[in-house]
Amino acid sequence: MNKTVTFRIWRGDATGGKFVDYTTEITEGLVVLDVVHKIQAQQANDLAVRWNCKAGKCGSCSAEVNGMPKLMCMTRMDTLDTSKPITIEPMRAFPSIRDLATDVSWNFRVKTKIKKFNPRKPDAEDGTWRMQQQDVDRVQEFRKCIECFLCQDVCHVLRDHHKHDEFIGPRFLVYTAALEMHPLDTENRLAELKQAQGIGYCNITKCCTKVCPEHITITDNAIIPLKERVVDEFYDPFAWLWKKIRPEG
Amino acid sequence: MATNYETHEYDVLVIGAGGAGLRAAIEASASGVKVGLICKSLLGKAHTVMAEGGMAAAMGNVDDRDNWKVHFADTMRGGQYVNNWRMAELHAKEAPARVHELEAWGAVFDRTKEGKISQRNFGGHRYPRLAHVGDRTGLELIRTLQDHGIHQGITVFMEYTVVSLLKDGDRVVGAFGYDRERGRFRVFKAKAVVLCTGGLGRAYRVTSNSWEGTGDGVSLAYHAGAELLDMEFIQFHPTGMIWPPSVMGILVTESVRGEGGVLRNKDGKRFMYDDIPDNYKSQTSTDPEEGWRYTQNDKNAKRPPELLTRDHVARCINREVKAGRGSPHGGVFLDISWIKEKIPNSAEHIKRKLPSMYHQFMQLANLDITKEPMEIGPTTHYAMGGIRVDAETQATNIPGLFAAGECAAGLHGANRLGGNSLSDLIVFGQRAGLYAAKLAKETSAVSVSDAEIESAYREAMAPFERAAGGTTEGPYQVQYDLQNMMQKNVGIVRLQNEMEEAIDNIQKLKARADKVAVQGHCEYNPGWHTAIDLKHLLTVSEAITLCALERKESRGGHFREDFPDKDSAAAKYNHVVSKAADGSMKLRREPIASLPEHLKLVIEEMK
Repeated sequence: MNKTVTFRIWRGDATGGKFVDYTTEITEGLVVLDVVHKIQAQQANDLAVRWNCKAGKCGSCSAEVNGMPKLMCMTRMDTLDTSKPITIEPMRAFPSIRDLATDVSWNFRVKTKIKKFNPRKPDAEDGTWRMQQQDVDRVQEFRKCIECFLCQDVCHVLRDHHKHDEFIGPRFLVYTAALEMHPLDTENRLAELKQAQGIGYCNITKCCTKVCPEHITITDNAIIPLKERVVDEFYDPFAWLWKKIRPEG
Repeated sequence: MATNYETHEYDVLVIGAGGAGLRAAIEASASGVKVGLICKSLLGKAHTVMAEGGMAAAMGNVDDRDNWKVHFADTMRGGQYVNNWRMAELHAKEAPARVHELEAWGAVFDRTKEGKISQRNFGGHRYPRLAHVGDRTGLELIRTLQDHGIHQGITVFMEYTVVSLLKDGDRVVGAFGYDRERGRFRVFKAKAVVLCTGGLGRAYRVTSNSWEGTGDGVSLAYHAGAELLDMEFIQFHPTGMIWPPSVMGILVTESVRGEGGVLRNKDGKRFMYDDIPDNYKSQTSTDPEEGWRYTQNDKNAKRPPELLTRDHVARCINREVKAGRGSPHGGVFLDISWIKEKIPNSAEHIKRKLPSMYHQFMQLANLDITKEPMEIGPTTHYAMGGIRVDAETQATNIPGLFAAGECAAGLHGANRLGGNSLSDLIVFGQRAGLYAAKLAKETSAVSVSDAEIESAYREAMAPFERAAGGTTEGPYQVQYDLQNMMQKNVGIVRLQNEMEEAIDNIQKLKARADKVAVQGHCEYNPGWHTAIDLKHLLTVSEAITLCALERKESRGGHFREDFPDKDSAAAKYNHVVSKAADGSMKLRREPIASLPEHLKLVIEEMK
């Protein structure tokens, strides 16, 4: 069932670029990344694209396929309408490097500013800890994150309002939630969440949850509980009063 | 010097940021020295992320009969006794501490009922031994090390490629490379260099390795004068995806079999019962019912033959396919859906135990593994051979140069057990970092030579000049031809004349690689990157073929159709490859040091 498809790929760099059409033949069972690679090997040797595992595990090949943030390695061609050109663009929430590769270094800088894991002292007799599976299920959900940054790409606070200096984005709210809900962690990250990390910017439109290739329930399971914790800590009038009269408590 | 390069100076330079590289960098940094870490991809994307099943450590959390001695004996048996026994001993003894350390750094392993780190069964391990997180243990390992490492003061260079190591006399004093994004060259001066560059599966057409697995570290070390060890031993993982064609080679975790998955040919027969090797007979069940109980953690049951070592299972699959009993797309069937006969809600159970496998087949093959069998076949997975290192320190024979992880050799002998790779990374990554830092502290400033840098620069830029000179062959066709040739001639089943042909072909491919041309410029140019990787791929391919020709027996990952049996004399030596003064590749036999009494006793005890 060979057929001919046209890929309309964005070619360019930070100074600008344009869409270029590539027409190629495809066979059964291909994913978008395969077709991009085929074009790279046969028609555009210098076409820049990030990829690694080709199995949805490393989160390198994030791009916008027909306008939707996707992992190219997990987007099967038979899920797309091939009668029209298929557009492939880089993630638009980040600066361009070249073609489909974007400068995602901001994400790595953000992470270093979040207080690291800080466990309580080991309390089992063998010098380790005991944790029940049910107590780690939620954290394990968050730790499935492959850091593809598609949630960051789709978040309007970053994509449209460019609040990169005031808001850490869904990925790092999930990261913080994994630390905050870790049964062993003793750190408190709520003040930063409220201020420097801008959790209040999130108005729970759940776009991040929709595009997560790992199906992490980002908004409901990570962001909303963190928002609740922030509210409890800083806006609960009874708690506030209690702290006033019992400052040592 | 004709060109000025930005120069970075470190006490310890780690090349490669998978599990071993990150662990080495963390350890070196904790020793108080200045550390630079170079990764070919973005941080946290290295191939470690693909590891699924778990990391082997004899903690005895699920079966208290387990201890380092059993793990040591299992590793030696799996490696067919050509392993570096001291590495196998250190690995078995230190793995539990390294795993607990990960927990202290934030890793969240699956738990036992008592709340300890859970452990699962895996091929060749006598007791449930693999600490795991579902089937995404590699992600947990790399993310834990990454998230810990970014707070240790390590400088990370993402998307950089090293093109050669720099030397001062006999000593390695740094590396020369470029950043892939902008194509700018950099000089790295270092008192000690640790290579943690991972595998070389990309020398083959069907592989579970990502584009990064081009044998860079092995080749860089070789060209800098380091010795390579036992390059013939390549692990062909028995279960890779084979359909659709675009996913060919992608790994299907051994945990599928660990959780009760069985292998069948097209006639529905569980063919693994037909061939159980003598040295595993006492541990292997011939009763399907007992085999099932083993996968469900019945301590008194013996393992099903699907969980024999990877080399053996891969060959059995190959045999079925060659005999015409394979599946429609040239593999065999791996079936986990059958457990619905045993477990209520089996679909949910499978999705919980093997979430990423479910996901992978659903999305890439449109197949529901809870309902249908998978089609699988062997895929090039892991290099047991690699850079020869000292067991205690991971130092190579070249002063200032260390290696750890898959690019180093010794621990796994002729065949690696599943789960022993992730533990290898953390045990020997830690040691490499520690001893590299120690050497750096004992070393005063090092100097690099301008002439050497200039020559490395010219070599790297040559493909562009050839394009200007009118040459047209690009790097991709040479790479494909090499991969196809290695797959056919030096693959899972090997023959003298085919490998002799391979040696000739490698020389021809080298001549073509020396002429490839690349269009465009240095910025994020994958064609150029591929042209540079060709040298590494050709170097490791030649070393693999040379060793495979010389080993006239079958052992572990090395199977010769013309010498199908083991030769006890060949169990007494390793192959050592090095670069001769005239630039040719030479090979010698090195006798294996005999086991000390206390380890001999352990092996006897565990027979």
